[in-house]
Formats: sequence, structure tokens, C-alpha cells
Amino acid sequence: MVSAALLAAIAVGCFVAAARLRRASWPYRGPYVAVIAWQALGLAWGISTIGALLAFGLSVYGQGVFGGLLALIGDASAHGFYLTGAAKSPFAPVQVAAILVALGLTLVLFCGLTASFVQVVRTRRRHHDLLELVGRDDPGVPGARILDHPAAAAYCLPGVLRSEVVISAGALKVLDERELAAVIAHEHAHLRQRHDLVLLPFSSLKRAFPRVRIMEGYYRTVALLIEMCADDQARRERSPKELATALMRFGANNAHTPIGALAATSEQTEVLARVKRLLTPVRALTRAQSAAVLCGAALLMAVTVLLWHVPV
Amino acid sequence: MNRLGDLERAVMEVLWQRSEPMTVREVGRALHERDLAHTTVMTVLDRLAKKGVVDRAREGRAWRYRPAASRESYVSELMFDALGQTGDRDAALAAFVRSMSEDEAEALRRALGEIDEPRT
Repeated sequence: MVSAALLAAIAVGCFVAAARLRRASWPYRGPYVAVIAWQALGLAWGISTIGALLAFGLSVYGQGVFGGLLALIGDASAHGFYLTGAAKSPFAPVQVAAILVALGLTLVLFCGLTASFVQVVRTRRRHHDLLELVGRDDPGVPGARILDHPAAAAYCLPGVLRSEVVISAGALKVLDERELAAVIAHEHAHLRQRHDLVLLPFSSLKRAFPRVRIMEGYYRTVALLIEMCADDQARRERSPKELATALMRFGANNAHTPIGALAATSEQTEVLARVKRLLTPVRALTRAQSAAVLCGAALLMAVTVLLWHVPV
Repeated sequence: MNRLGDLERAVMEVLWQRSEPMTVREVGRALHERDLAHTTVMTVLDRLAKKGVVDRAREGRAWRYRPAASRESYVSELMFDALGQTGDRDAALAAFVRSMSEDEAEALRRALGEIDEPRT
């Protein structure tokens, strides 16, 4: 029961920490570190929530979550699904329910991740097939495919064997040569560091809990941080001002009313935040500060996993 | 670009130019300067059909092929994907800038104006 209580405390703590992390300003100063912090919080939340439910449900066996799961399987198979362990407990029905909820949650998370992955692979394959047919190469723009469309767009299509950077004709029109190079450097950074894989768990959480507003918020926060990571990479090769003006030209030429109810106030400042960050550089996190965050993340993961093994 | 991809593009160009469905032989004839074997054209059309970008219908003993959609609509589909307007496809692509609200665009235009023509 102690481990169940501690795991539940961690699960709640992760929510509190996520809310604070969303409002904090330091992530803009160290987007890489912040993304790792987000991943640790997400993972720890999942492991501690499922762990808390299981630890409570399996406490009758007194062997912790891992040992308890094995004992449960042994018990169920030996007695034809009649749980002798649970029968001794005064609140057996609640405990069995907790185990079922834990299994359900695991299933939802697993299915969400799988469905997301399949959908992404399918979308990319279709996108790639079409791009092969309607995209063109331009000797003046090495390292990118051109799409003949008047709207300004630049994006990358990640893949293991065939990843591409795509620039629309509209974008070529509004950007000058150096801005274009900065945009391409930004997109290549996404591809090189496989940022799409970093974002995938957050987009599948969003998919697994489509009605939960806060998941959308987490997703957008991490997506923005990842954009900042790519901005930082591009900044090593190109001047930040070129990247900032490129961002602004895209925005100025590309106003759409987003479909659906996406026009929330939070997203309105995303591009502006990136522009501001490029034009007035913020002080990067010091090595000690980064190390503190990373150690915190590692400690959180270690404690959470350890609690799965605590027998009380 | 690989040879097969190149051929697929050439075949699609032919189909997009003609308004009516074409047989394998007709497509081969339209690309006569490439001197393609009948089976090669058939393979390419078959691949395109599997990808869902051409439709085919049997007419007598031969299949007739036509594009499933116009070139422009494919370009629009790609742009829609890219600008993140197709719902939950976010993770598939990472656009440099997603489509945004008019308010934000206006703010960016103002900021850009200040940089392009610094106020004296």
C-alpha cells in the first residue's frame, strides 16, 4: 500500500510539474533539455499511474507490482480464474477493478501509440508517392523538392530511407536566397535529429485522449520546443536574423483561418515567440542548470521504476 | 531520382494531358521516344493503380487508365497536409510555419515592417 500511495503521489506530481513546466520561461533557454524533461514527465506519469493502480490492486500478494503480477497470473491459472489472494481481502472488488483499470489504461496507451504510428507511416507513404509525381527539382535550390503552389510552405517529410525537404513556389517567391538557406537548414535539422520521433508519443497521447484539452496543450508546447531546437541548429550555420525574417515572411503571407476550433489564444504567439527568441537572444541555460534538470529527470524515472519493485 | 520514379512521372504527365482514359498501348505510343517495352508500361501503370493515383476500367479486352485526380488537386492535398489543416496528421510532417490566424499574421507583418524599414 505504501508503494501505491507513493506512485499515486508521483502521478499527481507529474501533472503539477507539467503545469508548471508549461508556464516556465526557462525551456526557451534550453529547448533540448526541456524536451527531455517533458519526455521524463510523460513516461513517469504513465508508469506511476498504472503502477499505483496495480500496486493497490495487487497488495494482497505483498510482492510489489512485478511480483504481484506474476503471483496474480499464477493464482488465476491455478484456480481457474478464482483469485484466492483477492478473496482474503476486505475490499476485493475495488482491487480487482483497479487492476482492470490499469490494464485498460495500458491498452489505451499502447493502442494510441500503435495507431498513431500506423497513421503516420501511411500518411507519409501517400505523401511521398504524390510528391514523386508532382514535385520537381530546382538546380537553384539544392537539397529540396519544389511544389508548385502559390501559398508559402516549407516542411520536411521524415523517413528512414527517403526523407525530403519540400519548399513551395510561394515560399521561393517571398524569401530571399539567404532566408531560404536558413529555412532549409532548419528543416534539415528536423530530419537529421529525427524530431518527428520525439514528438510521436505526444501526438499519440493526444490521439488516445482526444477529448482532453490538456493533452493538446502538452503536444503544442513540445512541438514549439522542437521548433526552437531546429531554430538553434539552423542558427549555427545561418544568421538568426535571416531565420527570423523568413519566419515573419511566411506568417505575413500565409494567413488562414484554421479549420475547426484551433484558433485558441495560446497558439497565436507561437511563431512570435520564435521570432522574438531569434532576434533578442536569451541566455542559454548554464551547464549546471541543464545538468540539474537532467538529473531530476533521471531521478524521477529511477524512483518510479524502483517503486514497482517495492513489496509493501 | 530512380528510373522507376522517373517513368511514373512521365506516364502521369501523359495521362494528365489527355482528357480520356488510355490503354497501355496508347501510353506506350505517347512515350515512343523512350522506346519502352509494353510490359514496362504495364508495370508502371499497375504500380500507379496500386498507389491509388490512377483509376482503371476494363473496356473489351484492354484496361483503360485515367488519373484519379488532377495534378492541381494532388498539389493542394500535399499543401493541406503540410500546413497542418487536415486534422490529426501533425506528426507526419513538420511545417516550418503552420497556417495561422489573421491576428498573428498581422502582428508578424508589423514586426517585419520594423525590420525591413527601420524607423529613423
